[in-house]
Amino acid sequence: MVAPRLTPDNGGVDEARPLLGLTGATVRFGLDAALDGVDFRMFGGEVHSLMGENGAGKSTLIKAITGALPLDEGTLVLDGEERHFRSPHDAHAAGIGVVYQEIDLLPNLSVAENIVLGREPRRWGVIDQRRLRERAASVLEELALDIDPRSALGLHSVAVQQLVAIARAISTDVRVLVLDEPTSSLDADEVAELFRVVRDLQQRGVAILFVSHFIEQVYEISDRLTVLRDGKLVGEYKPHQLLRIDLAHKMLGHDLSEFRERTRTTQLNETGPLYLSARGLSVAPGIVGADLDLAQGEVLGVAGLLGSGRTELARALSGVDRLDSGTVEVVADGQTVNRLRDALKAGVVYSSENRRTEGIVGELTILENIGLALQAQQGVFRRIGPERERELAESWVEALDIRPPDVDRLAGTLSGGNQQKVLLARLLAVAPKVLVLDEPTRGIDVGAKVEIQNLVAELADNGIAVVFISAELEEVIRMGDRVVVLRDGRVIDTLEAGLATVDSVLALVAQPDEDVE
Amino acid sequence: MTTIIDIPDVATTGPGAVSRFTARHAAMMPTFAAIAILLLLFAGAEAFLRGDFITGSNISALLLDNAYLLVMAVGMTFVIVTGGIDLAVGSVMAFTGIWLAKLLADGTSVAVAIPVMLIGGALIGLLVGVLVQYFNVQPFIASLAALFLARGLAFVVSLSSIKVEEPAILWMQSTRFKLGDWYITPTGILALAVVGIGAFVMHSTRFGRTVYAVGGNEQSARLMGLNVARTKVLVYVISGFCAGLAGLVLTAYSGAGYPRNGIGTELDVIAAVVIGGTLLTGGRGYVLGSMVGVFVYGTINTIINFKGADQSWTRIIVGVLLLLFIVVQRVIVARAERRHN
Repeated sequence: MVAPRLTPDNGGVDEARPLLGLTGATVRFGLDAALDGVDFRMFGGEVHSLMGENGAGKSTLIKAITGALPLDEGTLVLDGEERHFRSPHDAHAAGIGVVYQEIDLLPNLSVAENIVLGREPRRWGVIDQRRLRERAASVLEELALDIDPRSALGLHSVAVQQLVAIARAISTDVRVLVLDEPTSSLDADEVAELFRVVRDLQQRGVAILFVSHFIEQVYEISDRLTVLRDGKLVGEYKPHQLLRIDLAHKMLGHDLSEFRERTRTTQLNETGPLYLSARGLSVAPGIVGADLDLAQGEVLGVAGLLGSGRTELARALSGVDRLDSGTVEVVADGQTVNRLRDALKAGVVYSSENRRTEGIVGELTILENIGLALQAQQGVFRRIGPERERELAESWVEALDIRPPDVDRLAGTLSGGNQQKVLLARLLAVAPKVLVLDEPTRGIDVGAKVEIQNLVAELADNGIAVVFISAELEEVIRMGDRVVVLRDGRVIDTLEAGLATVDSVLALVAQPDEDVE
Repeated sequence: MTTIIDIPDVATTGPGAVSRFTARHAAMMPTFAAIAILLLLFAGAEAFLRGDFITGSNISALLLDNAYLLVMAVGMTFVIVTGGIDLAVGSVMAFTGIWLAKLLADGTSVAVAIPVMLIGGALIGLLVGVLVQYFNVQPFIASLAALFLARGLAFVVSLSSIKVEEPAILWMQSTRFKLGDWYITPTGILALAVVGIGAFVMHSTRFGRTVYAVGGNEQSARLMGLNVARTKVLVYVISGFCAGLAGLVLTAYSGAGYPRNGIGTELDVIAAVVIGGTLLTGGRGYVLGSMVGVFVYGTINTIINFKGADQSWTRIIVGVLLLLFIVVQRVIVARAERRHN
């Protein structure tokens, strides 16, 4: 297939010559080509999105542009001149700035220092604090950001830190700015603020490479997008000429009909008997007097703003945090769940929203990760035979289609979606009755997301009750047989599947409390 | 459509002078606490000892008696702010001290002997730094190895104490620049100069800021293009050099070199640095705070001496204070983490 190319028509920029061009870019890791003969170009003053599933070669392409990886084949031309970057430092000196997903700044230093660190104004080797602050303040002002340059960076929200990272990137003469998943932990208002800054930089002729898995944001901000798949170029497109579904199609490379379908096959009236019943759950300061019922085989979606008590509810239900008041009761035998141990006994398992810190043990293999829960259930002293453990792990890897299907691989080296699957495998290995999933699809690519959603639906069809929490309303609504809406730590409504729409749920979460004021 | 719903977080620091002050100086809070404790100790001792405590000669003696600790605490602050630890300082002080005494006893000129012993201290620091940076050895283990090495070297130089008769060394201790009841010796001036230079380097040089950057997040510091490797090696060299300087100060103070000096002193130094508000996890701390920490430590010692009580009480009180400070630091870090989420 010949990849379609477009000619630029976004006005004012050099029509003939891109600011940055890659031709036949190839990067190999051993025998595998992570990037295979990719042509890529960016024009000054455009926002260019790089799209693709995890493993499509996005990070490799970024690393090639920013000098973190050398090209094995192909050329990189910046502003008409062929360049060979040997280090990020080289690329940065040539005017290529990058802001990584995990903000690489120093929380213990001031905002001003974070912006100018390594390039501090000095007089006879002594840092000139006043000029340092002035320089930082002028960069912040350029971006119209109201941040005290002397305050410690760590005290600010992630969004502000992200903006400071951008301020750092543009404090030198930057011509190409790479933003790698800049919005993954920002809320709508913060994204708007970020986009304002991006558009501002665009006006000044900076070429911006935007990488995000939020398709809506890509469509909102981009002038052009390039799709990669399996290390190869699929094509270069203009967002307004490419339907979203076609984009997903190009990214995934296979038919995505299930993406459009309602994921759940079973409806509420088919769900089983009531399994868990929570009354008056309170955990200060997160949730206040929440009531919940959970039937076998149902998916209970939980919708709410960040800070509405979503995570606290999940943790309380699964016995992670001690309740201040209220009860969680297993309906069948009347047992109450007070502690983590009770919860595990009742078959309630919890998957944290912080996959890397509270879920997967990155330094252990897939095998060992899956084995952890089993071992915990068995007790420390009853050993599970290594063959048995391997057999179990292999069957889970196959059942959940974990890639690569190698149980001896370190879990930390897997993509986000596959890590989530390993985590699910670990939870499922103990044959749970209730799965509490806090943001199971956060930060993973579209394909893996669909797989996880399908998997959850399948589990529910097999009689497991699922509490499904997500910041994405569509997902909660699509997944849930019922949707519980939280606001300020209270359950304010429970909607049946057919009745919940994004608009109706949004109206509920955004509605102010009458009893306040 | 994808709707991400989350609470907007206003992109500005809250208004008001108080919140602005805390936003700017949050890292200084433990040091302020140390100053408060020092003042409290002074006031308590003054009341308890019926006005006999806060006198010029007592305060002057505080600096004189703890000058060697102070010098080592400055070097240790550099190391701890990068997130490392240097257990070798006590032994290095003993080794350089006895070596100096031996060199002088053998007739070496003082102008040669002092630079040689200082370089010796710095070289041991270099060894630790290279082990930590290039061989990826835990600072605890690398400096523990250096602790044994330096202690062994001290015994190689001499098994017993060597008296120093060199007038230049004795001058450092015996000269007293007086102002009424107050006095200061050249060793005291040296210690204060080290504090001054240390504070200046930490705050106003690119190297010093890199020390903080490494302690904040080594990986980020590297990605920001800072010279992490050089910085990490250099902090141990500085600490070794300071330990050498402490060896000089202690030799002058006691008028002799002794190979058993400073056993366990590294822990006193670490305690003083932590009490002064430096976070053991790195990234936060002040040289001036460490000076306060040394004075807190010294004051407790003095009070115990005044009362004629058992020295073990010093250890107990320092232990309690240390515990208190580590809890305070944990609370601060935990709060920062909570804000982060």
